[in-house]
Amino acid sequence: MDSQPEPFAMPSSTDVAWCPGCGNHMLLKAVRGALEELRIKPENLVMVSGIGQAAKAPQYLKVNMFNGLHGRALPAALGIKLANRNLTVVVESGDGDLYGEGGNHFLHAIRRNFDVAIIAHNNMIYGLTKGQASPTSQRCMKTPVQVGGVLLEPFNPLAVALALDAPFVARAFAGNIEQTRAIIAEAIRFKGCAVIDVFQPCVVFNKLNTWQWFREHTCELPEDHDLSDRIMAMQQAFRSDKFPLGIFYRNDKRETYEELAGIGESPLFRQPPTSDEAFRAMLDAFR
Amino acid sequence: MIFEGAAGQGIQTITSLLLPVLRKSGHHVFSCMEYMSRIRGGSNSTEIRVTGKPRRAYVSRIDLLLALTPLAYERLHGRLHERTLIFAEKQTFGEHWDERCIDTPLGRFATEAGGAVYSNVSAVGVVLAVLGIPLERCVAYLREQFVGKGEEVVAHNIKAAQLGYEFGLALPAERRPKFPEPATELRDDSLMMDGTSALGIGAIAAGCNFICSYPMSPGTGVLTFLAARAKNFGIVVDQAEDEIAAINAGLGASYAGALAMVTSSGGGFDLMQEGMSLAGMIETPIVVHIGQRPGPATGLPTRTEQGDLDLALHAGHGEFARAIFAPGTLGEAIDAMQRAFAAAQRYQIPVIVLSDQYLLDAVSTIHVDEIERLPVKPDIVETGQDYKRYAFTEDGLSPRGVPGFGAGIVRVDSDEHDEEGVITESFEMRQQMMDKRLQRLEALRREALRPTVIGDPREAKIIVVAWGSNRGVLEEALERLDDRRFAGVHYAQVWPLAPNTAELLGEGRKKIVVIENNALWQFANLLHRETGIAAFRRILKATGEPFSVEEILAKLTEVTHG
Ligand SMILES: Cc1ncc(C[n+]2csc(CCOP(=O)(O)OP(=O)(O)O)c2C)c(N)n1
Ligand code: SF4
Ligand SMILES: [Mg+2]
Repeated sequence: MDSQPEPFAMPSSTDVAWCPGCGNHMLLKAVRGALEELRIKPENLVMVSGIGQAAKAPQYLKVNMFNGLHGRALPAALGIKLANRNLTVVVESGDGDLYGEGGNHFLHAIRRNFDVAIIAHNNMIYGLTKGQASPTSQRCMKTPVQVGGVLLEPFNPLAVALALDAPFVARAFAGNIEQTRAIIAEAIRFKGCAVIDVFQPCVVFNKLNTWQWFREHTCELPEDHDLSDRIMAMQQAFRSDKFPLGIFYRNDKRETYEELAGIGESPLFRQPPTSDEAFRAMLDAFR
Repeated sequence: MIFEGAAGQGIQTITSLLLPVLRKSGHHVFSCMEYMSRIRGGSNSTEIRVTGKPRRAYVSRIDLLLALTPLAYERLHGRLHERTLIFAEKQTFGEHWDERCIDTPLGRFATEAGGAVYSNVSAVGVVLAVLGIPLERCVAYLREQFVGKGEEVVAHNIKAAQLGYEFGLALPAERRPKFPEPATELRDDSLMMDGTSALGIGAIAAGCNFICSYPMSPGTGVLTFLAARAKNFGIVVDQAEDEIAAINAGLGASYAGALAMVTSSGGGFDLMQEGMSLAGMIETPIVVHIGQRPGPATGLPTRTEQGDLDLALHAGHGEFARAIFAPGTLGEAIDAMQRAFAAAQRYQIPVIVLSDQYLLDAVSTIHVDEIERLPVKPDIVETGQDYKRYAFTEDGLSPRGVPGFGAGIVRVDSDEHDEEGVITESFEMRQQMMDKRLQRLEALRREALRPTVIGDPREAKIIVVAWGSNRGVLEEALERLDDRRFAGVHYAQVWPLAPNTAELLGEGRKKIVVIENNALWQFANLLHRETGIAAFRRILKATGEPFSVEEILAKLTEVTHG
């Protein structure tokens, strides 16, 4: 596979359903770049997604794909990882999908800390359903549903992830393709649950959080940021002046769920059938 | 025999001691319990039937009652008869004391034996004496059970049993109820278990290696059964954050090659419906166990009902193939679980096993030779470079690859997709894929499990139909009725219905009586929809209790008169 120049490329005839100028295109490039850098064999990688514009991303890569239900990418990813821990599992979906419909799974995926990289395309809007507020929409933004403007404070995915002790927490911006690629590669390489919230402008439905807006409202993490310090990471996650970009926090010591649960190296599809002997022995307990 | 007591008084200890001793003495036993949804107090009871033949139904007649609370009389008096033997302590039993009652000082025996906790063991002693079972059997069993807790505990237990036993022996012979002779051939080769264990055994026989679920009575038992044996059989067990996660994790695991199942009750299954639909769309096997309890909503959490057939039939939006099994005996439960895994793998569909609280909690015996292992083959192929997950084939079933096994790429998509699993909006492709996914219904219909026939339906004028847990009560009621005008048909697979259904039911020329534990005759409706045959009489019950043999017998007798 390595020798092939573009191992993850889909045929050029592939019909890409994203609008021109959308942040998803850049983000796709960053993901592909990361996969190429990591030299993962496409057959050993599974990309899992829910439903939404963002969730179509795996459709445009030549990889194993589980494109499941809206909000339910994480449970499916868990099942895949537990059934075969040799697979590299990456989840890609939208802010609505991961933080709204699938919010409970987001919490529990982090609590479990199974080995997965979660790439959340955060356009602060529901793109596919034509522009309603998402959990990360900014206050006062008007939409066809939130006609008087969004009433609620936005969900803070990084602070929530940090509170749950996610061992890898980062934010990227699709406009910084190089940094985004590097963070994604690092997250996939990382053993455990890695959360990356990626700012991705929706140029059609989100007229507030534009490319320009994201450039103006983001900054780098401070020079002296210590990524092993969870409290410091939390302070950066709580900032209201600007949204810092980069890896906020990293903890290489947290055990994964697969390790804690004693999941074997051999995939379940290789497991031999229940032996007659073991079966009979089980029955004997009912004598 | 009925053992009644408040939650926390240890009724379960009595039955868990008595049942093995009865079985080891060669008796056929059937036991079911009814308990309130609480951890302390109230009034719970367990019924144990000791029979000469294998029985799998509950009777309302009580020959022997052991009552630990005054509530026993209020709750059970309708089921007592003139000669019912009632063991109770006079001072706690209350105002309803009569000549059927025997003042049984269990408290005093317990104190003499070493403490209040031993009163249940004394109760066991009393019952064994009345049944004429040698005390040694119980002593041996007590020793086995308590040896880990030290000699002193063993001695106290034995003493308690002895005191009860002596008390029971002193009872005049004419007051003892008649019990059937033990069947000696049963002593060594019978197994005793509840329906939950039978389903768990079936899952393990099938090679189930993944279960992810969220607890909900009465479906949880299958999860704990597999969890207890996970190490031995290499089963990955995960408690999900909710039922939606459970089924989606199951589907993820199955996509990656696991033999996956989930278990819940109706309420939890409601949450799994979109996952059912996903399984249909991505053609990924999954076995779903639904332990029914009375709804709607939280309903009666610890009681029984067959109210979720329509739910199981229709769960999930859109149109896709599925199969539904509804076992009625231990053997059928072991069998159904294996058939469910086999059908899920073979046809790449979701398969439901529909049980209920009554079936799951009822304990009975099964001969080891009745337990059969059916072949379940994980239908997985090694993929090549140009593998297509949804390749069109003759029978609509595409060879199923899994990620990481072969050089190919495996893409499954909840959106409508083409042969490679890539999203499409082409109407032609949509039609082809719908045809492909539904084509397997034909084979599923053809192979549907034939129902069990009782008596001779061709001779009979009235055919009594039941499904799921009502098999035992149907069999016994018909046997007691002993009337050639009646025959019985029991379905252990309720979808698709066996192709010989209309023929078996006389093509509409016979009177059809349908028995079901629900209010809206869901199975009778299904029969009508599928065969055009309408039920002449429907025997329904949705109180939360199962049917007793007497109840069905009375209703069937009415049919002949009406
Ligand atoms: C159960 C369910 N509810 C609702 C929808 C409709 N729906 C599809 S995508 C979506 C929101 C998409 O927002 P997001 O996840 O942020 O993705 P985006 O399109 O913005 O990339 C909704 C509400 C659905 N497909 N399934
Ligand atoms: S609707 Fe928005 S998010 Fe979706 S593709 Fe278009 S620009 Fe991108
Ligand atoms: Mg969005």
